[in-house]
Amino acid sequence: MREASPKPQAEPSSWTLSIRRLLTRHLPLKNLLPDRQPVYVGSWVYIFGVVAIAGLVWIVASGVVLAFFGPQWWHESGVGRFVNSLHLWSVQVFFVFMVLHLWGQYFMAGWRDGRAPTWMVGVVIFAFSIVTAFTGFVSQQNFDGQWIAVNAKDATNAAGIGSFFNVLNFGQMYGIHVVLLPMLVVTLLVVHIVLVRMRGVVRPIGYKHAAPPSDEERPS
Amino acid sequence: MTSADRQAEYYVGIKMVHFDLVKELVLALFVVSIVVIGLAGALSSPDDPAVTIQTWATKDPVDFVTTAASELAGTSGTAGYGPPYNSTADAAQAVGPIAPQAWAGVSTPIDTAQDFVLRPLGFAAIGNPTLTTALQAYGAASATQQQSWLTDYSTALADATVVNDEVSVASGDYGPVPDLMTGLLGLARTGALDGLLLSNGNLFQTDFTRPLLFMGDGNYLPNLAADQHLTGDQWGMMNETGMYPGQTWLWLFSFWYQIPPFNTASNTDLVVIILMIVLTTLLALVPFIPILRDIPRWVPIHRLIWRRYYRTS
Repeated sequence: MREASPKPQAEPSSWTLSIRRLLTRHLPLKNLLPDRQPVYVGSWVYIFGVVAIAGLVWIVASGVVLAFFGPQWWHESGVGRFVNSLHLWSVQVFFVFMVLHLWGQYFMAGWRDGRAPTWMVGVVIFAFSIVTAFTGFVSQQNFDGQWIAVNAKDATNAAGIGSFFNVLNFGQMYGIHVVLLPMLVVTLLVVHIVLVRMRGVVRPIGYKHAAPPSDEERPS
Repeated sequence: MTSADRQAEYYVGIKMVHFDLVKELVLALFVVSIVVIGLAGALSSPDDPAVTIQTWATKDPVDFVTTAASELAGTSGTAGYGPPYNSTADAAQAVGPIAPQAWAGVSTPIDTAQDFVLRPLGFAAIGNPTLTTALQAYGAASATQQQSWLTDYSTALADATVVNDEVSVASGDYGPVPDLMTGLLGLARTGALDGLLLSNGNLFQTDFTRPLLFMGDGNYLPNLAADQHLTGDQWGMMNETGMYPGQTWLWLFSFWYQIPPFNTASNTDLVVIILMIVLTTLLALVPFIPILRDIPRWVPIHRLIWRRYYRTS
């Protein structure tokens, strides 16, 4: 009597496994941490985004120190003033390189070949970064912060958001600046980076298929 | 098909070279660290002290009293602001039927006479017979009489002088108003008014709406800002005190406030906000907008960026 061949085992089904399969399919480590890139990726333009991220690392690090010691600290302490200066200048670096990155991607038409969501998330990051910086400027508790708040209330009130986003309320602005908006910007940045890594960098404008590459040139 | 397969297919025919993503990030972080630490160490950051009501009342008592009188008379900027502070008719900005300021309504009610002048004076009047009498006389007068005193007093303030630290005006029938203003000025100079305007019955306070609105109604704070090129018509939203860069990324937002018809309109803020929302939305939707999405193909900047590719292809 012949033994029946074992039935192929059905794939177990669970929410956990579904998510794992989804991540494996869309976010393989090879894409998240690639070690090869197209040869045309050889311009300073490609550096702008990573420099902006480096600026953000400094913003978050200096911001954590400022938040830990409280909003009065940097007005009264030399070390605090230095940390605040780190915060200010890293914000400037972040914005300069984010804008350069944005213009670079515009002139490269970086949204081509299914990359429109990456572009759109990038613009949203830019917009929320501006709001984040704004709440930081009005939270300075000095003449700058005071005047910016007095001046800016007219715009927020005219837009109808002054009733729940009161720029003259230091406590509200500080909380939003220190917790909510940074979380949002960092989360959106993670989404942006994942989208970039899932799709890879876009081909040059007017790209034409070249001769098939040799084996060693073929993407592995 | 996994995203790795899709990428492999996308890059078929393209020479791939090795690179080190993590090393690139670490190097960028290193260079940015040098730049940020260097700039912070060499240039520091601005920190001009905030103006308090105490400073204002001490440095420019005439402006303080003039502003306080306008708050009491209900003629100040805040008194006629509209939502979210009060329901002054036709004060809310609108563009045609779009009136978000009016839609939002009054959420932070401010009665400038009560909140900025009479209630703080009520605290100061305890144990002060002159002020108590003045407050009683003012409260007992008709609204017409109060406005008459305040109008005459405000007119006289245009030629006011400061004598022995007191604001002095030409003689006239101002009722108890000079005593009220003297009391409020004294209260402000001690710093007590800063605290009273902040107080809301709780120990911990973080909402500076009332003191900032009061100061914003005067000329002292705006004049200091104008000296530092910080007002709206001086590209102020993107500047900081001193020579420091401020929110330079708000240049386009600030730009509209510098040119007609925006800088002369009564609803400038709302028009600029709507314009910026439209422009930001357009920027986000560039991939789908003909012409805007085609410009990169027409402008040969991409040929500079990918010059090596175009040289060899």
